[in-house]
Amino acid sequence: MRQMDPCPDEMKHNGMKHNGMEDIGTDIMDRVLSAAAAYDPARFTPGDVRAALDADECSPEDFAALLSPAAVPFLEEIAQKARLETKKRFGNSVFLFTPLYISNYCENFCVYCGFNHKNRIARSRLDGEGIEREMKAIAESGLLELLILTGESRKMSDVAYIGEACEVARRYFKVVGLEVYPMNSSEYAFLHRHGADFVTVFQETYDPERYKELHPAGRKRIFPWRFNAQERAILGGMRGVGFAALLGLADFRKDAYATGMHAYLVQRKYPQAEISLSCPRLRPVRGDSALPPTRIGVVELFQVICAYRLFMPFAGITISSRESARFRDHVVDIAATKISAGVDVGIGGRTGRASGDEQFEIDDGRSVSEIRDMLLLRSLQPVMSEYIYV
Amino acid sequence: MEEKRDLLMLGGHAFTSRFILGSGKFSLALVKAAVEHAGAQIVTLALRRANPGGADNILDYIPEGVTLLPNTSGARNATEAVRIARFSRELGCGDFVKIEVIHDSKYLLPDNGETIKATETLAGEGFIVMPYMFPDLNAARDLVNAGAACVMPLAAPIGSNKGLCGREFIQILIDEIDVPIIVDAGIGRPSQACEAMEMGADAIMANTAIATAKDIPAMAQAFKKAVDAGRTAWLSGLGRVLQKGADPSSPLTGFLSGEREAV
Repeated sequence: MRQMDPCPDEMKHNGMKHNGMEDIGTDIMDRVLSAAAAYDPARFTPGDVRAALDADECSPEDFAALLSPAAVPFLEEIAQKARLETKKRFGNSVFLFTPLYISNYCENFCVYCGFNHKNRIARSRLDGEGIEREMKAIAESGLLELLILTGESRKMSDVAYIGEACEVARRYFKVVGLEVYPMNSSEYAFLHRHGADFVTVFQETYDPERYKELHPAGRKRIFPWRFNAQERAILGGMRGVGFAALLGLADFRKDAYATGMHAYLVQRKYPQAEISLSCPRLRPVRGDSALPPTRIGVVELFQVICAYRLFMPFAGITISSRESARFRDHVVDIAATKISAGVDVGIGGRTGRASGDEQFEIDDGRSVSEIRDMLLLRSLQPVMSEYIYV
Repeated sequence: MEEKRDLLMLGGHAFTSRFILGSGKFSLALVKAAVEHAGAQIVTLALRRANPGGADNILDYIPEGVTLLPNTSGARNATEAVRIARFSRELGCGDFVKIEVIHDSKYLLPDNGETIKATETLAGEGFIVMPYMFPDLNAARDLVNAGAACVMPLAAPIGSNKGLCGREFIQILIDEIDVPIIVDAGIGRPSQACEAMEMGADAIMANTAIATAKDIPAMAQAFKKAVDAGRTAWLSGLGRVLQKGADPSSPLTGFLSGEREAV
């Protein structure tokens, strides 16, 4: 195993002070990175997996065992237990939402991302009228939950602009979530006042060295700034926060373990916060020829999702349109609780005025009514919203 | 002779059913069947699930004639619970409200302190307040003093199906509190519902145990029967039936025979 300080000093302070980035003095990053550095998936035995499956309460050590290669032969049993936990906590409910990209300008250089600043793609930003037009079209499909996304450009999509989008969204939707660049807690508080209540930030990879390689420039390069975003969002008054690693960028087992530990420690520190997890796998994008092919198969992805469920029976789990319809249909009946529908990851596409290119290629392009029908066919209950803004 | 009816009284309203159905975890198409087979006259409704005028509105699936018990799920403190309750009244959901104040996303355990505050405010506004609480005698007394129409202690963490984990503490509430005690959350089997009723609980609330059963109408019916059986057992003086051991053939006071009484 590579020997390294799990949290080099450079990662803690690099650039934060000089960029007006708030330091909230939390120790969660150190704890997660130490745990992830010490995690050796090959160490676990079938006996460890058995013990994890027999435990009433899944400990971090049990979670580590469930994510290990030793757990693969137990996958059926893991899935059965995961399904039981999901039903106990969520019953038949499956929540629907859709993402809306309002801008794809980006100042980062993430080598795996279609929005990479150096990629020559069609860039665009919806104006107020465009935002309203797109939201109206989405609302007509019956959805009540919207996830607003931007590329990570504070210049082209500043906080005030995102706030205006939240205001419009509140008129058409009951639940408004954000997946935008990390910001200070006061900025999250501003967006909360404008109607957003959920914030998702993908850490991409929890391996600091790999993170540096993949993010050669831009504000995103500053690892701790991104890492502590969920905490700052909670401090800003957000009800719920989402976590994810983009599986396939580094050792997916270690990244999944770190994602779980990150969410686990944040929940322990802020017990009121609603926790959700996403499980995106790397998808083909423009300009990613330098990347190795995705190194996580469907079986392993399923293992990760079930391990998340057993470790955090209470957490929402979102299944991405990056995955196939067949996979998603099964996973929402086992461990996932939220599914996107009618997805478009470009700019302006829902009203036939596509003006900006996509972030990645989706696999499942089904409409809201198609997803709804699929759920009903499986005796699941499509739920458009279970939320009140208070 | 006319048989005396065994009524559950809540805020001046009388109910013959002692089973309250939670509705949050159901496929909507099955809510009606569950209500009917459980004989439920009260059904809870999470305001955050209501979508008035929209698709998949849970209100459309609750049969007429059933009393709606809107709950404040989603509230993290008393202020939010009060806000949601007022919203419920504006929506025309009536004066009943089940207070749920939770700021623990893992176990969903209720916050008794905030629940007491919300109860006081809402009872003052004329709501029939049914507070969900952790079984604590002092908190239960405070809830009654704040105007609660009943007290709803949890049996076990919600959705856990673990049954009467808090048995001894619920028994204390049953013995000491003068408003109805409705056991809520954690009841996983009809036998556990029956046991709580045998202990003297006034009613039972369940959701997950029925919503996740393979045959929902049959399980709803099983709960109805269990609640009825437990109630009948309690009314018929259960204590004598379950005494362990036989009456001693030589009474302990036998040595007193022949002694004269002082007067």
